[in-house]
Amino acid sequence: MADVLLRGLGITRRWGGLVAVDNVSLSLARGAVHAVIGTNGAGKSTLINILSGEIEPSSGEIELMGQQVTRWTQPRRARAGLGRSYQRNTIYPSFSVLENCRLAAQSRHQLAWRWWENAQQCSLSLDAAQDAMTRAGLHSVAQRAAGLLSHGQKRQLEIAMCLATRPEVLLLDEPLAGMGAEETDRMLALLDELRADHAILLVEHDMDAVFRIADRITVMVNGAVIASDEPQAIRNNPAVQAAYLGEHA
Amino acid sequence: MDLSTFLIQCLNSLQYGLLLFLVASGLTLIFGIMGVINLAHGSFYMIGAYMAFALAPIVSGTFGGGFFSALVVGVVLAVLLGYVLEWAFFSFLYEREHLQQVLMTYGLILVFEECRSLLLGDDVHGVEVPPLLAGTLPLGDTMTYPVYRLFISGVCLLLALAMYWVFTRTRLGMMIRAGSTNREMVQSLGIDIKFLYRVVFAAGVAIAVLAGMVAAPVSSVYPGMGNSVLIICFVVVVIGGIGSIRGALLAALLIGAVDTFGKVLLPQAAGVLVYVLMALILLWKPDGLFKAG
Amino acid sequence: MNKSFVVAAFAALAAFPLVAGSYGLDLVTKIMIYAVLALSLELLVGSTGLVCFGQAAFFGIGAYATVLLMGLDWGDSMLWVLPAAVLMAAVYALAVGALSLRTKGVYFIMVTLAFAQMAYYVVHDTPLGGGTDGIYLYSKPALGSWLDLDKPLVLYLFTWACLLGVYVFLAVLLQSRFGRALAGIRVNEQRMRATGFSTYPYKLAAFTISGAMAGLSGFLFAVKDGFVNPELMSWHLSGAVLIMIILGGLGHLRGALIGAFAFALLQELFKSEAIFGNFAKHWHLGLGLSIIASVAWLPHGLVGIPEKITQRLRGVPRQDQEAHHG
Repeated sequence: MADVLLRGLGITRRWGGLVAVDNVSLSLARGAVHAVIGTNGAGKSTLINILSGEIEPSSGEIELMGQQVTRWTQPRRARAGLGRSYQRNTIYPSFSVLENCRLAAQSRHQLAWRWWENAQQCSLSLDAAQDAMTRAGLHSVAQRAAGLLSHGQKRQLEIAMCLATRPEVLLLDEPLAGMGAEETDRMLALLDELRADHAILLVEHDMDAVFRIADRITVMVNGAVIASDEPQAIRNNPAVQAAYLGEHA
Repeated sequence: MDLSTFLIQCLNSLQYGLLLFLVASGLTLIFGIMGVINLAHGSFYMIGAYMAFALAPIVSGTFGGGFFSALVVGVVLAVLLGYVLEWAFFSFLYEREHLQQVLMTYGLILVFEECRSLLLGDDVHGVEVPPLLAGTLPLGDTMTYPVYRLFISGVCLLLALAMYWVFTRTRLGMMIRAGSTNREMVQSLGIDIKFLYRVVFAAGVAIAVLAGMVAAPVSSVYPGMGNSVLIICFVVVVIGGIGSIRGALLAALLIGAVDTFGKVLLPQAAGVLVYVLMALILLWKPDGLFKAG
Repeated sequence: MNKSFVVAAFAALAAFPLVAGSYGLDLVTKIMIYAVLALSLELLVGSTGLVCFGQAAFFGIGAYATVLLMGLDWGDSMLWVLPAAVLMAAVYALAVGALSLRTKGVYFIMVTLAFAQMAYYVVHDTPLGGGTDGIYLYSKPALGSWLDLDKPLVLYLFTWACLLGVYVFLAVLLQSRFGRALAGIRVNEQRMRATGFSTYPYKLAAFTISGAMAGLSGFLFAVKDGFVNPELMSWHLSGAVLIMIILGGLGHLRGALIGAFAFALLQELFKSEAIFGNFAKHWHLGLGLSIIASVAWLPHGLVGIPEKITQRLRGVPRQDQEAHHG
């Protein structure tokens, strides 16, 4: 029923003798949250880096909305509708929250040659920024310097910056990192809202959150996929239980 | 170019390359291990050359020593200088951004130049080749080659081997290499990282000073010598890869060859050639030829 | 408050000839020329985060081009000599930038230095630049009969106009979309790429514009001194310009202005025989120590001082003080 927006086929990444990602295939469809979980060092962040274009795969292909994007640079993929957020905050601390989002939105209306026009008056980027900020619940702190936000707000801003580019696909690397219960609820509610219009890949460690929000879960161990199924099936999968023995109930 | 001329140029390029390597190795060590860009490194070379000039009369006056005694005294002084300089100045640079390091060490160059100007003046000087090494070796039928230049190459080679031995075969070398990749771990093993850095820095200074002293009879002693060698050394370090001794050696020999043969074959372009070489190599490998280590 | 400072500064500079003698006029003309050069580097270092150690090359090319083009006897009109000199500097900057921007960090610093050295050796060792003797400018460019740059006052006002023009241009540019993109690249280039900005063209454009402005500064210098020599391309000048913008304060256009003035005045101070007598010929010592001191104790430059004072007086917490940069 849903259209597949991002597809990774046989993605492998080697660093010398070490295999960081081992023949991973997955697909992301609109209207679904696809979570990728795994123990530390399982290759999840590397996978996101390959999908977004930051690192080249040793082999494998990536399709974005039907197009072959394996050779595309990261900016090009981003402009085609692939957004990502980072595990560590990559917000611009000295800019205001609004400016953070506006600058991100500007990537869709770069118009760099119009050097005489003030960027702050660019209605195109401002509209997208306001939109993103509101959805992320940051409207009240629009003018505050991003560096002064609380940790949870910073994580929200990280997502807002992603949304400001109006992407089709969202690659989210541990958006819940370091968040308390209330902030986690808010973030999950946001993801729930976004689900309908976007294809979302979520790398996370917070198992409760994952089982609450994910439509599909892929489990990675040592770079390879050991299971990929609906949440209930994953919970009952013996291989998964073995991998997580002692880590999560 | 006939064979003997070619041979002479080869020997010259080897000598120049090895000398460059000696100075550049200190630079790449200090940057690779302590993360400090030291623009004043060329000044140590200049200080060495001026020391060779200034110490000669003092050494022969006090205990009748010659060139080699002056070398020893110079190295001892250099180690002291390096030790004090690291403690008083450079230890504050480790935490700073590269831009600030560049500027503070640039200021240091100016200070060194003026101190030298105050103490020893601005004249150009010659340093005599020690009589023991003043001879020449025959090369083919008509050409000869100065023994002293072979001596320079020999000293540089010896020091290079000594550095290799220290780095790969001794505990000190192991600690230095460990300290460059993981400061905290080395500290938690009970090794005093501050002391280690001071030793490395003093060694870097001493090597550069020694290079200057040894080169003085051949290159003569003049005010701008520190700056010219500095820029070339940076090119060596950048081409070779920052932190890589192997890279510095290869790059230095390459530059020695390009510069020496360039001066003979294309004298007007000689100055530019080295930079063209650097541009070409960086286009091919933006991080230099080798990685650190 | 910052705007009124800048406006006041330009007004004072415009009024300066009324009270200055010929020495003062000459000195401030030179400082304004360096201020243009400093602004060109501020665009690269302060606004984009590209530490270029080869700015002297573009300055020198602008100066040499001016002298060489005037020597061609194709007419002395400024209408073509000025744009031509600026264009030549810009072309070299484009070439250097295209190659250098493939490298990062320390390598970038060194590569820009090396390309400047290349230019230096070309004019130093080949007959093209007249060698170490340099070349003289025998007649100065003019625009009709009313803009004769041979007259010190006219040159002063023309330089003032150029400085004002460059300042306003940069102020507008940095607030534009292009300028904001540069700011983003300075803070986190990877993030900008992940967002969808191809950063290389932006950096290259900034590099070229910077080179062009440095070329303008070179043109003014050649016209003022009537003489060019290889030392205009030496890395000492590249270092001096870096010091100017750090001394003034990175990340602020007025920092470049303040830094150029402070640096030039420091130089004059240490060179002054009236104060230092015989020691004045060792002025590099005082300069070197000042550089070390200013980087060590004023890492944010002179620009940060009034702000720090007013913030302390108003009781603004430390944390908030830092957030309002950039």
